Amino acid sequence: MDPQLIPDLHKFYPEIILTAAFLLAIIGDLGFSRIRGGLTFSVAALGLALAFAAGIPLFGMPTGTLFFGVIAIDPLAAFFKCFLILTSFLVLLATPGSRELSQRPLGEFYMLLLGVTLSMVLLASSVDLLMIYLSLEMVSIGSYIMVGYLKNDRQSNEASLKYLLFGTVASGSMLYGMTLLYGLTGSTKLAVIREVLAAEFSAGGNSPMLLIATVLMIAGFGFKTAAVPFHFWCPDAYTGAPTPVTAFLSVAPKAAGFAILVRFFFTTLSNPSEDPGFWTPFSFIDWRILIIIISVMTMTLGNIAALRQDNMKRLLAYSSIAHAGYILMGAVVLTSQGIQSILIYLITYLFMNLGAFLVVIEIFNRTGSFDLKNYRGFYRRSPFLTISMTVFMLSLMGIPPFAGFFGKLYVFGAAVNTNLAWFAVVGALNSVVAVYYYTRVIKTMIIEAGEDGTRIQIPWTSHVMVWIMLLPTIGLMLFWGRIQQLTMNSLRLFVG
Amino acid sequence: MIGLTHYLIIGAALFSLGVMGVLTRKNAVNVLMGVELILNSANINLVAFSKYSAGNLNGQIFAIFVIVVAAAEAAVALAIILSMYRILKSVNLDRADTLKG
Repeated sequence: MDPQLIPDLHKFYPEIILTAAFLLAIIGDLGFSRIRGGLTFSVAALGLALAFAAGIPLFGMPTGTLFFGVIAIDPLAAFFKCFLILTSFLVLLATPGSRELSQRPLGEFYMLLLGVTLSMVLLASSVDLLMIYLSLEMVSIGSYIMVGYLKNDRQSNEASLKYLLFGTVASGSMLYGMTLLYGLTGSTKLAVIREVLAAEFSAGGNSPMLLIATVLMIAGFGFKTAAVPFHFWCPDAYTGAPTPVTAFLSVAPKAAGFAILVRFFFTTLSNPSEDPGFWTPFSFIDWRILIIIISVMTMTLGNIAALRQDNMKRLLAYSSIAHAGYILMGAVVLTSQGIQSILIYLITYLFMNLGAFLVVIEIFNRTGSFDLKNYRGFYRRSPFLTISMTVFMLSLMGIPPFAGFFGKLYVFGAAVNTNLAWFAVVGALNSVVAVYYYTRVIKTMIIEAGEDGTRIQIPWTSHVMVWIMLLPTIGLMLFWGRIQQLTMNSLRLFVG
Repeated sequence: MIGLTHYLIIGAALFSLGVMGVLTRKNAVNVLMGVELILNSANINLVAFSKYSAGNLNGQIFAIFVIVVAAAEAAVALAIILSMYRILKSVNLDRADTLKG
């Protein structure tokens, strides 16, 4: 047994707390059937809050690994742990207010949410192929069930079926790629794989097997982050899933996917250089060009497909694909500035995207529809919801002073700083295309006249939830020094 | 003499058959069988590499975990297909066509 295991166990507290909460939620759900919704909700909320608190001290810890080098302890993992737990917490708070999900007992839903959070947290910090595969599958399997939670609803079922079929094939292909990497290097640890590859190809040359393995790995990561051409499941799964699940999927597993993508490419297929904060890609495998192509395709296709959507959830699904394209730009830039831009983009994206989905949930609760037609003249029915939606849309467009602007600023800035200016121009042009469909939502809600003019009263809980998203979206720049500092401190990652 | 290459060829053949099954089959259960082939092709690779080239047991341990994950995945997949059958009275994937655009 590893003698460091017990003294190091406190570095694993967030995961332990989440596991305990997960088990408690199962027991609570089985044993106390009369109060189970409320009981599991409290257990889940408490567990997530405690896990978040336990994740904060991880920022200051020296980098290292746990459990025989399977889990990395580093500031980047700490950032993603806190980010993912916070996302789940916000989704958890939004769940009871959704009319779609309330048709069914929610105890199991909270349990699944905890399980998926646990596996995402593990995914963000794994540095071993086995652990990456296991946690990625755990995230996927949990998400399939969450998407199909309304099991008697035809759309929900169909969404989860499509998600499942794409997901299993993508992760199966990724697994095949992993076996090739293992065969090439004889190890499953990312750092060891890098060293063996560097030694093997130090004389130059290239390996088709390594290229195949890389492409297959990208298939797995691309599926998780919904990047083109692995995005086909995304619009369908997002449309059919209950809206809180859509909101969750569009932020949390995506962020976990970016975490592992960055970790894999930065620690396995690039050399950390003397100058901290810079990496040099391996000369024998040009993975950057693959990611650049995927990124350009992702943002372009996402934005163009979003132009003609009339279903609000589908529109936001394509918008989230486009945002994944922008975030991928940060991964191509092999500097700490690149990683920092990813982190900043994710923070801003969390609030504006969850906020937009919250408004969609509220409007569905009253009108029973996701169709943009039913959003006509919403300003007269509920000025609060309309103005919140406008803020979220402007932020998603990247209009200053809202949060989304800063995310884009950093990503494009990182690209310009590394001689990829044309890439930033592609991104900027894409943002211009995106203005059209976001503005269309605003126009529909404010300018167009609707048939139904009755005022809508929304409960105070929903007011509070929307405000929780609205305040950071508007006021994030007031705390910009803090965010800058936080992301700067999260840039170190374990490289073996 | 049977060596690493033979196992890798079987693995690659199984992988291709699995992908082909997924792409061509209309029956959801058959697609699932294609997925199982993909996972097992990876298992063959892992065990073969572990025996012939890597010189450690990581690959074989990995294969055991993959079997566990495949079982979990099949359980969830069959549950979802079952509820599809309850709704549509069919497991033909062409019937799952309400979401498009």
